[in-house]
Amino acid sequence: MTGRAWTFGENIDTDALAPGKYMRLPVAELAQHCLEGVDPDFAPNVKPGDVVVGGRNFGLGSSREQAAEALKILGVAAVIAPSFAGIFYRNAFNLGLPALICPDAGRITAGDRVTLDLEAGVLRNETQGTTMAFRPLPDVLLNLVRRGGLLAHLQMTRMEKSA
Amino acid sequence: MATSGTPMTLAEKIIARASGLDVVRPGDIVTARVDLAMMHDSGGPRRVGPMLKKLGAEIWDPSKIALVIDHYLPADNPESIEIIQKARDFAVEQKVGQFFDSEGICHAVLPQRGLVRPGMFIVGGDSHSPTGGAYGAFMFGVGATDMAGVLVTGEIWLEVPHTIRIEWTGKLGQGLSAKDIMLFLCTKLGMDGGKYQAVEYAGEAISALPMQERMTLSNMTAELGGQTGLIAPDSITAASIAAAGGDPTGWEAWHGDVGAELLESHIFDASSLSPQVALPHSPANSQDIAKTAGVGIDVAYIGACTGAKLADMRMAADVLKGHRVAEGVSLMLAPASIRDQRQAEAEGTLGVLIDAGAQLLPNACGICAGYGSARFGENVTAISTTARNFKGRMGADSSKVFLGSPYTVAASAIAGRIADPRPFLVGGAS
Repeated sequence: MTGRAWTFGENIDTDALAPGKYMRLPVAELAQHCLEGVDPDFAPNVKPGDVVVGGRNFGLGSSREQAAEALKILGVAAVIAPSFAGIFYRNAFNLGLPALICPDAGRITAGDRVTLDLEAGVLRNETQGTTMAFRPLPDVLLNLVRRGGLLAHLQMTRMEKSA
Repeated sequence: MATSGTPMTLAEKIIARASGLDVVRPGDIVTARVDLAMMHDSGGPRRVGPMLKKLGAEIWDPSKIALVIDHYLPADNPESIEIIQKARDFAVEQKVGQFFDSEGICHAVLPQRGLVRPGMFIVGGDSHSPTGGAYGAFMFGVGATDMAGVLVTGEIWLEVPHTIRIEWTGKLGQGLSAKDIMLFLCTKLGMDGGKYQAVEYAGEAISALPMQERMTLSNMTAELGGQTGLIAPDSITAASIAAAGGDPTGWEAWHGDVGAELLESHIFDASSLSPQVALPHSPANSQDIAKTAGVGIDVAYIGACTGAKLADMRMAADVLKGHRVAEGVSLMLAPASIRDQRQAEAEGTLGVLIDAGAQLLPNACGICAGYGSARFGENVTAISTTARNFKGRMGADSSKVFLGSPYTVAASAIAGRIADPRPFLVGGAS
């Protein structure tokens, strides 16, 4: 997959990703306000296949799954950061959104075209002509991405059991 | 419990027990049986209800589900009313074993019912779920899809965390509290200092804390970035559970072994800690109060699971007794549970707060969650007993929220500016 990079700083919190004042709305509407307090151009302009690049501790704060789901609804293909807050990390994979731990994420600049190879754990920056490694995904997470999230995984497991 | 030659931490012992294994090591990926699954109206039924339908699945054991309505209160708009109705319908349809409707915030309510006990493995659909760690339970927060998985299977996978031990020696001074400890730690270690590992608090200053103060420590492990925040149970824990109608039997077994491997070990001296205040917009922006004292405030907020339990209201009352809040300052009080509020009323604590000018708000997450109509307006400056002061969380993006202990928030309400509580306590109660 190849997409354009949107870059953000450290400690992007769940109130920035899924602002509380919109939490009572349907998640598709909430998604239109994703990160509006940090970069108001993001939600209106992000394209399917784009990637979000953050600083360390991306997704800290609430357990609200809408923080990851908003990105997914906007078409974000992956989130790349040196580290993630634990609950956000699980939520992202449970929704089939890869969260990739990449110590060198800070070298990606806004607008770079980035290609990801999830199985190999390699990110190619087409704009800069460089590659960087991200931490390879353990099977449990790779399977969640392959199956499109935990619900789809549970559905398949239940079908396998009843078959 | 199976014994073995390998020393384990408290977190590892609980996970091993829940996973049916004799020994687990940090980094192992295991599947654990869940003893209790806690949800609230926001991350619960409105989210997991449609997921269960899609799966055509039933809850594995409704008696092990706790559902608490605490986030969308007061329900003063059509969306909030619908969200709460979904939770009420779900409780009936799914025969939820433990349902608490508008009785307080989940993290405060569960322990009051004796539902959180040493050695339990508990998932909570809320980031402040580490609060249960104060009782020696491995309790951690999950999102809605993880919760749906638990509801269907009764299990959850996890990577066994390392343990980070944080010891506080000495005694906290007068006017100091668990909140000051946590604001200090967030700044010292960072909001990712917990590394999504198990944090275990210990030492003389921790053992001296009453149960609800221990809960504040464990609660803010969320802000420290830990998966859970454990305190090994002792006679105070056991007495608290028994008083709540729970059975603490066997609590003595739940402690880490001597020689268990730790990822990090930190030691701090409680006696040298000053009251801490976090500047906007992060709990990790904390400083000694001398550096922030004097900043003018519009609102003093005593609320949330972090900062409006009975113990928190008592601290505020110690400072506010015989005082009125400064002119132009609103003191808002949202007691964390109806039981805490009733006890505060019976013993006179609530009267002190009301006499000082506190406005009483519902027993709910309120402005801390920021989900309702009640939010801080443009350019409002507030000091709050809550856990998070992220930009825009509790109000307009232009509002500024400082965080402090109940003592500090109370003193600031009287002064109309951020103020050191210690002068108000000289010669007074604890």
